[in-house]
Amino acid sequence: MLLEMKNITKHFSGIKANDGIDLCLRKGEIHSLLGENGAGKTTLMNILYGLYEPDQGEIYFKEKPVKIKSPKEAIKLGIGMVHQHFMLIPAFSVLENIVLGSCSFLSFLKLKEIRKKIQDMINIYGFEVELDVPVWQLSVGEQQRIEILKTLYYGAQLLILDEPTAVLTPKETEDFFLIIKSLVHKGHSIIFITHKLKEVMSISHRVTVLRGGKKIETIYTSKTNEFELARLMVGRGITLESKKPSSIGNTVIEVKNLYALDDRNLNILKDINLKIREGEIFGIAGVDGNGQKELAEVITGMRKATGGKIIINNLNVTNLNPGEISMKRVAHIPEDRKNTGAIMNFTIGENAILGHPDFFKDFFLNYTKVKEFSDSLIKNYAIKTAGSNSPAWSLSGGNLQKLIIGRELSEKPLFIVAVHPTRGLDLGAIEYIHKMLIKECEKGVAILLISTDLNEILMLSDTVGVIYKGQIIDQFPAKETSVERIGLLMAGVM
Amino acid sequence: MLDEILTATFITGLLAAAVRMATPILLTALGEIYTELSGILNIGIEGTMLAGCLAGFIGTYYTGSIFCGILWGIITGGLMGLIMGILSITLQANQVACGIILNLLSLGMTSFIFRVVFGVTILPPNIKTLTPLPLPIINKIPFVGQILFQQNLMVYITFLLVLLSSFLIFKTGWGLKIRAVGEYPLAADTMGINVYNIRYICVIAGGMLAGMGGTFLAMDLGMFVDNMIAGRGFIALASVIFGRWKPHGVMAGALIFGLADAFQLRLQALGYNFPHEVLLMLPYVLTIIILTGILGKSHAPAALTQPYIKEK
Amino acid sequence: MFKNLIKKLSTEFDKNKYFIFIKLCIVIMAFLIAFLLTSICITAAGANPFEVFISIIKGAFGSPERMTEILVKATPLIFAGLGIAIAFKGGFWNIGAEGQIYLGAIAATIVGVKINLSPFILIPAVIISGFLAGGLWALIPGLLKVRFGINEIILTMMMNYIAIHTASYISHGPFRDPDGSLPQTAELFKGACLPVIINKTRLHAGILLAIFLCLLCYLIFKKTLLGYKIKAVGANPRSAFYGGINVFNTMIITIFISGGLAGLAGMGEVCGIHYRLLDGISPGYGYTAIVVALLARLHALWILLAAVLFASLDIGAGFMQRTTGIPSSIVCIIEALIVICILGSEILERKLMRKKVEK
Repeated sequence: MLLEMKNITKHFSGIKANDGIDLCLRKGEIHSLLGENGAGKTTLMNILYGLYEPDQGEIYFKEKPVKIKSPKEAIKLGIGMVHQHFMLIPAFSVLENIVLGSCSFLSFLKLKEIRKKIQDMINIYGFEVELDVPVWQLSVGEQQRIEILKTLYYGAQLLILDEPTAVLTPKETEDFFLIIKSLVHKGHSIIFITHKLKEVMSISHRVTVLRGGKKIETIYTSKTNEFELARLMVGRGITLESKKPSSIGNTVIEVKNLYALDDRNLNILKDINLKIREGEIFGIAGVDGNGQKELAEVITGMRKATGGKIIINNLNVTNLNPGEISMKRVAHIPEDRKNTGAIMNFTIGENAILGHPDFFKDFFLNYTKVKEFSDSLIKNYAIKTAGSNSPAWSLSGGNLQKLIIGRELSEKPLFIVAVHPTRGLDLGAIEYIHKMLIKECEKGVAILLISTDLNEILMLSDTVGVIYKGQIIDQFPAKETSVERIGLLMAGVM
Repeated sequence: MLDEILTATFITGLLAAAVRMATPILLTALGEIYTELSGILNIGIEGTMLAGCLAGFIGTYYTGSIFCGILWGIITGGLMGLIMGILSITLQANQVACGIILNLLSLGMTSFIFRVVFGVTILPPNIKTLTPLPLPIINKIPFVGQILFQQNLMVYITFLLVLLSSFLIFKTGWGLKIRAVGEYPLAADTMGINVYNIRYICVIAGGMLAGMGGTFLAMDLGMFVDNMIAGRGFIALASVIFGRWKPHGVMAGALIFGLADAFQLRLQALGYNFPHEVLLMLPYVLTIIILTGILGKSHAPAALTQPYIKEK
Repeated sequence: MFKNLIKKLSTEFDKNKYFIFIKLCIVIMAFLIAFLLTSICITAAGANPFEVFISIIKGAFGSPERMTEILVKATPLIFAGLGIAIAFKGGFWNIGAEGQIYLGAIAATIVGVKINLSPFILIPAVIISGFLAGGLWALIPGLLKVRFGINEIILTMMMNYIAIHTASYISHGPFRDPDGSLPQTAELFKGACLPVIINKTRLHAGILLAIFLCLLCYLIFKKTLLGYKIKAVGANPRSAFYGGINVFNTMIITIFISGGLAGLAGMGEVCGIHYRLLDGISPGYGYTAIVVALLARLHALWILLAAVLFASLDIGAGFMQRTTGIPSSIVCIIEALIVICILGSEILERKLMRKKVEK
């Protein structure tokens, strides 16, 4: 046994993120930690890495009890972690990023030695990495390799990988799996956090399933299958309701030859064309970072198009600002609900009217009406809160999303842009939000649904488009396709 | 007018004065580099200088030793840095607000303590001033020697500190850690670097250097008056931006400010009717131009003014 | 015991009352701590703190003349404090009130020295010119920030010095009083002087304008969409943009109003008190006003109170120094300590509020 975690419990402001979790790991094992968003995977690993202190429970590393109070102690023990958001400093070079944790005052004297040591490791593990390039110039896959190299440099025997494939294309994922396998051959052990069943089945020896902060089961992957894992992960057969085909009407929005730049001023959208009709949900599938975020922003006016046209109800709305576009009865459920969709320091009432045309037309703002309106939202959308005067930061993620959706739907839209509407929410909230979207669609609203969750796309959409490197490389009716086909397209394989 | 200015004596005198007047600004600005690189914008260095100034003055007055005075100034500056640290790091208060309050506190405190210690006297109390210490041999180099090597000991120390800081920030592991904390504290934390400790060390070190800068002023003039820093702390802030967070650049910035100040004083002394205010304004205008990035972009520490909040 | 009390209160009070209670407690604690620490200073200086505090109060409120002086002192603090509060609310860290005060003073002086008209035209003219000058001066860093994203903190600070030196140039140079020996401008024409509202005092109509603007600002944030927009842009520009708010315009309006209000402080000093421009016309009002705004939590009506508090401490201090011999700068320490305590306890306040919300 390399690692044993026993009865780990951790509270966050009254909610049990981890509730008596046990986990053990053998040497040379790839152990998947499977669970939905919010199941407690990352919390558990942050405890192991010393970022959080557990309220209860013991950790044994190499049969000895250990108390890991900081990442420093974890690193010393030989535990390394690659976070979902890379912990690399963009302005620093690769070498600087790697030596950062170990450098002492005089380490510059030994810089040549250190460089040689790292170069040797690069050769042993067969990474292709240049040491003197600043990190911001590197691709996501390269940055990930540097993260792994970093943990190896500090002598990690146990590597924790937090959703490492979320940002990779299937091809990059394959390369990544090769690296992992070679690491295991060299005697390292790996904990692999994911919510993707396929990856669990293909790479790991054993899998521990978490749900709602509790450990459900640990099983050998050879003795299970995807369906069983899915059942364990979700807790019941997937009951999320699929959308019935609806009656489709006239074109509401048409996007023609759309081009746009990303935050680094590189061409991200290249010649996007799409059409959405009344009562149609158009789902866009794709790996994060292929332009879906920018597409939503351009359509809702938050980003400038550098070419092409957007026509909503026969009106050219290209490059109007968000306020003007929302006046055309376009609703936007943004990707980042905390930093775009709401103002966390405002009250719920103030958030309920953000961008609402009924309140944004006069010079005066009647706060009595604001309260009436937000109270009605709270009631109609079953938002759990102490009242419309509470600050928005006091809402849970699901309730905040309900508030945003409630506000956007109360504007009686003809067209809704929904970006990752259920990301990071619990099942109850997901179900509720899916129902709301379907209901709108049945009223004849056109919906653009952007999500990385393939199941969500397949369940809700009438038409599916796959975005890859800023282009919609294919689109087809949702009924006529399969997860496998979309998966291939997402990787750019035609 | 020009023939009076374009004499060798005038110019060497001017440049030597510029170096001397740049010294307190440079010391403070060097400290602020550390503070800002670690992610803290300390506007309170104006007050820190003032506190250091008074402490240095009192220290020298009572012990009779300039060395003790400097030590007092440094310690007091460090304490001011500590207060800033507690407020902005541990209590996560807004850094701009903290800095401004610190200035007000120091203004009140110094004035209060000075009056309580020395009472209201007709003749203001004096201390001995720093004496020039010509360096052997090289002070004889014409022109350069007169400007650079007939200064007092603190001037030499300051310019040595520029070299030392350059080395420390860009060549050593400590410098790397400081910069990492100011760029992306969470990443630094996951690498086992204690963000809070580094920030405390930097803000206290910054305070100590600012305190030393203040002490220099007291010892240069041999006296203390209320609010005698008169904005030099803010000029130090400007020099940091001017120098783009690099010790050498900051040195250049401080020298330009020193030169402008020295030049206008001399012009006034010569009795010309030239609007010396224009000269006084010049360095600020220059700083604004540099801030606008017309002369090339600079990279400020990415986490500057952002408190690091750790969930436990 | 204290913990139990908090627990009890947090369960019994409804949330809004609890929040107000917490805020009140923290302010009271801040004052207590500040006065305690100051008392230690005073004791160390060999005096009785109670005598000193009583003497300050006597000095401030002892006679009607002194009470009017409080209002005279408070006037620029209210103007500039309001300006700063609006800027801070709108997400613009305006450290440049001092410079904007000087610009307001310069503009009012130029108008008042050059134009001789009846007060009915000239007084509105100096007010408008003071406001415009301060506002436009603030727009220089404002545009650089909004358009190019340049950090406004250092920018506004640098602008202060340029403004101060410009004012000094004007009073030494082109507008210098030819008859006087001091470096100051000639006196304004009678028509440009703000009327004194209580005879034989220096209390001028500026205070009325200041109070009126306080109420106006309060109403803007309480009743109008503009106030909402300013707050939204300050709290999160991206969300505001998403909500259809024109962030650029809102910022520019905020910054212009902010600078303009600070400019009015300069106008008030010139047209209400000195009737001319002289060196150092603002003894750091622009910086004190930041502290006033912070103490008032950026709330328009509280600014009125905070400014009067600071002004009365100032006025009382002079008297206190004469009677007790304790340096008047002690009030500076009190002021700073109060605000330090309030700044430092914000994290505590957030924690207590969060606790309540989570129940």
